[in-house]
Amino acid sequence: MSGEVPLWEVFIRPRNGLAHKHVGSLHATDEVMALQAARDVYTRRGEGNSIWVVASNAITASDPDQAGENFEPGEKIYRHPTFYEIPDEVGHM
Amino acid sequence: MYSQGLIGADGRSEETPEFLAAFQARVDAETKIEPNDDMPEGYRRTLVRQIGQHAHSEIVGMLPEGNWITRAPSLRRKAALLAKVQDEGGHGLYLYSAAETLGVSRKQMTEELLDGRAKYSSIFNYPTLSWADIGIIGWLVDGAAIMNQIPLCRCSYGPYARAMIRVCKEESFHQRQGYEIVMKLAQGTPEQKAMVQDALNRWWWPSIMMFGPHDADSQHSDQSMAWKIKRFTNDELRQKFIDATVPQAEYLDLTLPDPDLKWNEEKGGYDHGPIDWDEFWRVVKGFGPMAKDRVKARKKAWDDGEWVREAALAHAEKRKARAQAAPMAAE
Ligand SMILES: [Fe+2]
Ligand SMILES: [Fe+2]
Ligand SMILES: [Fe+2]
Repeated sequence: MSGEVPLWEVFIRPRNGLAHKHVGSLHATDEVMALQAARDVYTRRGEGNSIWVVASNAITASDPDQAGENFEPGEKIYRHPTFYEIPDEVGHM
Repeated sequence: MYSQGLIGADGRSEETPEFLAAFQARVDAETKIEPNDDMPEGYRRTLVRQIGQHAHSEIVGMLPEGNWITRAPSLRRKAALLAKVQDEGGHGLYLYSAAETLGVSRKQMTEELLDGRAKYSSIFNYPTLSWADIGIIGWLVDGAAIMNQIPLCRCSYGPYARAMIRVCKEESFHQRQGYEIVMKLAQGTPEQKAMVQDALNRWWWPSIMMFGPHDADSQHSDQSMAWKIKRFTNDELRQKFIDATVPQAEYLDLTLPDPDLKWNEEKGGYDHGPIDWDEFWRVVKGFGPMAKDRVKARKKAWDDGEWVREAALAHAEKRKARAQAAPMAAE
């Protein structure tokens, strides 16, 4: 057998108004077959009305080891509304 | 499910105590573990083996039922069985996809199944002799699978848990279509009732063996429980299954083939007779009546599909080359 059949990530939009959401992956030789396979594998019960397939090797991901530096939520508390003191008298703000 | 108490799993790991404690703390806090997170090698290995066995079981499980699609007694039954078998194929693919996030390739998993290194649920090494078997499989085998799979929806490994949520949503159709087949036969002619009782007699013990060895004999269970890969022990799940199934059999006036089966008021569950573990291990190790046929059928499908895979890859290459050539031609 020659090369490996490439891996694709599958995203489905459950209905209009919602974003496409990652549901899993599959192997297919090209984007046409990837779409057909995604329909068969991931949408047998009306799970969505739109499918995206993306070659897995085309995705660039952040490094989980840097999650601390990247996503540390604690330090910039002044970015949150509760950081500021507003008197009750002025009403909801 | 189908992982059968992880046959041959080895969850030992050699990381530092601090690393393992930090990992355990994350698991204890119910933080899901995701593909690129640091994880103990034993955790990864255990999951690769378990998810792989589970995926193979879904795929091999298509064979005993697929065998009856052309002989289903009505168009309604045929359509339902076809959809069920297609679902099982889908389950296998969700699970291969989850396993691949742990760094094992689909090709590698397929090779391990075909050369006999990888295990799958021993239940599929029994033959489906009559149409009643299809009903009993849906009722008992999918029923046991559901018992096993519902807690896996909360497994600590994110991709496995998400795959199991999809699987569980689809399983209840499987069990209900099976029970309906059983019900029709049980309420049919004396011959039909005898046929379904015969199927039940053959499938009952293999079904309760699906939960794997007793807790006392299940070596790797503790580590899997601590890592929240498993949430209930083999015996706990088996007990739940039996307690749920006995009234379903009674409703149809069918007899479960275990003379020792009786309600135990004190524990609030049924006691059952001894399980023939020699048979279980024989079947797991590939001496089941159908073991050779199952792997042979998978191997034939793989080999017969080789030219298709090659042609599809060649076609993809050709399309890519054309797409690259096209803009130049336009210049
Ligand atoms: Fe399944
Ligand atoms: Fe099923
Ligand atoms: Fe399953």
